[in-house]
Amino acid sequence: MSGANGHGATLAEKILARSAGLEHVVPGEIVEGNVDLAMMHEQGAQTVAPFHQMGATEVWDPDRVVIAIDHWVPASTEGAAVLHRMLRKFAAETRLEHFYDVGQHGICHQILAENGWVVPGDLAVGTDSHTNMLGAMGAVAAGIGPTEMAAVLALGRLWLKVPPTVRIEVRGRFGPGVTAKDLVLRILGEVKTTGAQYKSVEYGGPTIDRLSMPERFTICNMTTEMGAKTGMVAPDQTTYDYLAPIAKHAMHPLRPDPDAAYERRVEIDVDGMPPMVACPYSPDNVRPLPEVAREHVVIDQAFLGSCTNARIEDLREGAALMKGQKVAKGVRFIVSPASTKIYDQCLKEGLVQLFTDAGAVFTNSSCSACFGGNMGILAPDETCASSSNRNFPGRMGAKEAKIYLMSPAAVVASAIRGEVSDPREFA
Amino acid sequence: MQDVIEGRVWTLGADVDTDQIISGKYLTIIDPNELKKHVFEIALPEFAAQARAGDILVADENFGCGSSREHAPQAMRAIGVGAVVADSFARIFFRNAINLGIPTIEARGVRAIFATGDPARIEMRAGRVTNVRTGASVEFPPLPPHLLDLLEAGGLVEKVRRELEARAGKVPAAP
Ligand code: SF4
Repeated sequence: MSGANGHGATLAEKILARSAGLEHVVPGEIVEGNVDLAMMHEQGAQTVAPFHQMGATEVWDPDRVVIAIDHWVPASTEGAAVLHRMLRKFAAETRLEHFYDVGQHGICHQILAENGWVVPGDLAVGTDSHTNMLGAMGAVAAGIGPTEMAAVLALGRLWLKVPPTVRIEVRGRFGPGVTAKDLVLRILGEVKTTGAQYKSVEYGGPTIDRLSMPERFTICNMTTEMGAKTGMVAPDQTTYDYLAPIAKHAMHPLRPDPDAAYERRVEIDVDGMPPMVACPYSPDNVRPLPEVAREHVVIDQAFLGSCTNARIEDLREGAALMKGQKVAKGVRFIVSPASTKIYDQCLKEGLVQLFTDAGAVFTNSSCSACFGGNMGILAPDETCASSSNRNFPGRMGAKEAKIYLMSPAAVVASAIRGEVSDPREFA
Repeated sequence: MQDVIEGRVWTLGADVDTDQIISGKYLTIIDPNELKKHVFEIALPEFAAQARAGDILVADENFGCGSSREHAPQAMRAIGVGAVVADSFARIFFRNAINLGIPTIEARGVRAIFATGDPARIEMRAGRVTNVRTGASVEFPPLPPHLLDLLEAGGLVEKVRRELEARAGKVPAAP
């Protein structure tokens, strides 16, 4: 027993206690946590001014800071070019060497994941809201704003209110054509976008235990859409095997106590669960995909990309369906790998050719069409099938444009048919 | 930060996300005075032109959800928004706004007692927000001392500046 009040501690409580140098912490308590890893992307350019206004000149530990530009790579506007330049200058001045610049670039969360920058027990913060993805390592990983990042760079710590924990317990086995993305959409349909506000979400149970790291990344990634501070999976052999060759610093393999006190438990059984889809205009507007497919929702664009679902496993899954098929007439299909490493892997495996042969456009790695500020922008009356994580009004361009969120396989199925489609019909 | 904040209200709905506050296409703008021209372009198009310093935003649930973009509260600070009160906030927005020194208050039921244009009165330490026109009020748990201190200091930049100066053995600058 390591919690307070006579019961065990959740994973978030254990990690925050460690980062604050305390025996135990309780939800609601404000602690000063020592940061193990700080990540900045383009928004980090806004960190430069407050850092200087604070009178800071040095970064607390340059080996614990990663910069990974991803939203506009290579710079697609003059404004983006200025942000990139500010970051390069700042990195040179403060001796930040772990800069994944154009050529080594990728979506910031994927860069952290595939290079082992976040390990079990870490407190990791980043200037992007989907930093939650790294909770899959068994860490507390949270998004913060650039002013707060300036304080982290200067002091190496930040204030945190210890969140209560929601435990999401998953059992059952995925049927064919059903993926981790469908599971997290299903969870969102139940928990809703406000259901875990300020909370820590702990995913567990036999189904989660069987998931690979990429699948866990997808699930933890969309914890952000539940309003949570952080979402995590306790580290196990899968985690250690993934990190063993790449971990950048020492692991603290903490796990929740069996008698931990959870604010709420959500139980999900995936046996017999169909593929799911989040309909406009909220990631929690979730319905079974076959039901939506019956309504013949015609699409103008399909997007296989983003930090949620553009890893090699996702692209292979999409390619398996794409093989020998063509993108429907009138559909623009954009495929954007999550990192340059994944791009290279796609080249080696012939996936680039496979997608372009089918009529898709295969782009370099970036956030791409995900956020409506770079490429693949939607006109007001257009509809997109997307493997990304948000479908709020205006997310991919025009505020009237409609975005349906689904698994990579479902995106490809939809690209082939030209309407929102169930990937299982291609089996 | 004053203990009592008064101002004219603008109301907003539920789930106003950061895309609706500052759209993705403006994210490469760094100058807050440029940003403020585009604030709420989607959620409240007349706001940017008509807002005055000291105006108070009153929103429903989950205000500021979506991305971690600090552009959203920065644009509000550039306008001089006196306070943001909502039934509930998204976490990162709440932190960003407080860190920038904007009084940010979670008061359950607040949206229901205001219409745009009403005068509001917020008592920070007592934990009460009142519609001065109708007399209706709701209570809220006052911010914890740690956050009141942060607002008192004028935000995180000032707070860290004082700490770094104290560490370097300098006398804290006069306020
Ligand atoms: S891919 Fe999309 S959600 Fe992920 S970091 Fe980029 S813009 Fe954000």
